[in-house]
Amino acid sequence: MSAQAIFTQTSYIVAAALFILSLKWLSAVPTARRGVIAGEVGMILAIAGTLLLPQIVSYKWIVVTLLIGTAIGIPIAYLMPMTHVPQRTALSHSFGGLAVGLVGTAKYYLWHEHEPERLTTFIMAVLCFEVLLGFLTFTGSLMAFGKLQELIPTRPIVYRGQNFVNLSLLAVAIAIGVYLTVNPSQIQLFPIYIALALAFGVLLIMPIGGADMPTVIALLNSYAGISASAMGFVLQNKLLIIAGALDGSSGFILSIIMCKAMNRSFTNVLFGAFGQVSPQALKAEERTVRSATPEEAADILLAASSVVVIPGYGMAVAQAQHKVRELFDLLTRRGIDVKFGIHPVAGRMPGHMNVLLAEADIPYDRLYEMEDINSELPHTDVALVIGANDVVNPAAKHDKNSPIYGMPIIEADKARTVMVIKRSMNPGFAGIENELYYMDKTLMLFGDAKAYLSELVKVIGQEK
Amino acid sequence: MTLQEILSNLYVFVLATFLGLEVIRRVSPLLHTPLMSLTNAISAISLVGSLVILGAQETTLTTILGALAVTASTINVVSGFLITDRMLKMFKRREPSERGKSS
Repeated sequence: MSAQAIFTQTSYIVAAALFILSLKWLSAVPTARRGVIAGEVGMILAIAGTLLLPQIVSYKWIVVTLLIGTAIGIPIAYLMPMTHVPQRTALSHSFGGLAVGLVGTAKYYLWHEHEPERLTTFIMAVLCFEVLLGFLTFTGSLMAFGKLQELIPTRPIVYRGQNFVNLSLLAVAIAIGVYLTVNPSQIQLFPIYIALALAFGVLLIMPIGGADMPTVIALLNSYAGISASAMGFVLQNKLLIIAGALDGSSGFILSIIMCKAMNRSFTNVLFGAFGQVSPQALKAEERTVRSATPEEAADILLAASSVVVIPGYGMAVAQAQHKVRELFDLLTRRGIDVKFGIHPVAGRMPGHMNVLLAEADIPYDRLYEMEDINSELPHTDVALVIGANDVVNPAAKHDKNSPIYGMPIIEADKARTVMVIKRSMNPGFAGIENELYYMDKTLMLFGDAKAYLSELVKVIGQEK
Repeated sequence: MTLQEILSNLYVFVLATFLGLEVIRRVSPLLHTPLMSLTNAISAISLVGSLVILGAQETTLTTILGALAVTASTINVVSGFLITDRMLKMFKRREPSERGKSS
């Protein structure tokens, strides 16, 4: 082994170890930033080790593309508002999938032309898997990005026989993949195979609604990881296998957590087209709700000794997190105990609410998980729901006919008083009436979350 | 690729998957968004594969595919690590001066 080969291999081993440490350190806030540094060092080592490989004959295009990538990456990281983190995540899954798909394609054409003996059945099988998963992650994540950015309708797009069309398309793609595995010389089929993978990604995400985005993003994360791992098998690179497996298992765990938090299965999320407005939901009976002015709401908050804030996607849309922080400060200064109850699927990706509240400088030890806050809600004076809907709907607990029956919720209905900041009485993404709004102890605070909170903060600030 | 190489790669894959499941199970839900952006940056290690294809410059087609792949992966590496750090910087404990003061 040459000195260069030893250096490259060592750099890969050290990088793999650093990636594992990186994720281990990320498990808690005090060590998390050390985790990022470990990951960065691992990445730089791996790149350095690769650049020394003798196969690399020219650095010109490498330098150019590395610079272009960096020039695009830095503004994305620093200029992107925190409310857009789900979009950025979807976009990065799509880039990840694209890179994997392209490398697989390049390797196939290269070996087909120069070293057909390397296209063994095993390599072809993994390569076809890699290319399928990579390209479907690419277009699927682009669709998710489009939905999150509201470039395309966030409501599920469905038509009759959709699942049949999707599954047939996948079946044809797999059949071609198997045929290529057995006959690697049939290169003319490869572009068709890629086109089918790209089309399947689009069709797979089309019927998925906004409320299911946390699960879908986690699932696409997992796909991106697994496809990178498959690429490691094709390129005989153990570092790729390890890093891809880590990413794959992370996405897998997150999707399980998201599915559990919605009491749904993977198949149901992918093929269930949840979130269509059902006709019954729209013609809901006229029931009366109590509403309150900011002045009334302020009095109730000031009379309370404990308040639990339950944020949802509406808070992110209204960019209201900084106003929430002002309210938090005012109430805390008056000795009122303010906590935040975060549902796992609140928002559009796992952990979305936590990042927004942290951005607004709300101390993270005030953010509570669903199970922890539920035991406190019965002794809480006021539950303040900001832009959350289905995750506080008591129907999930007792109404067997409700589409969200069985989903664990934050039990805002257990608090002595419930206040809900909401734009209007329109049903949420799942298109389901929320009986929390009609309870006697519930006050509806109608308005844009940010505008209403500004009023509330102004009123409370004046009362000395 | 010999059977032995395939098997040793499979060992690595299985072990890394289980290790990943164990390590990531312990990550606090508080940090699930940074977790996703960090794992995303790490899996952009596929950059390593793209670099070899681009640098080897064997055919025009593979050079173009390699160039696109390197650009896409580099964006993920750079933005992934930087945005994870930007998010983590925001997570703060309560400042002592604010603790439980009543008016």
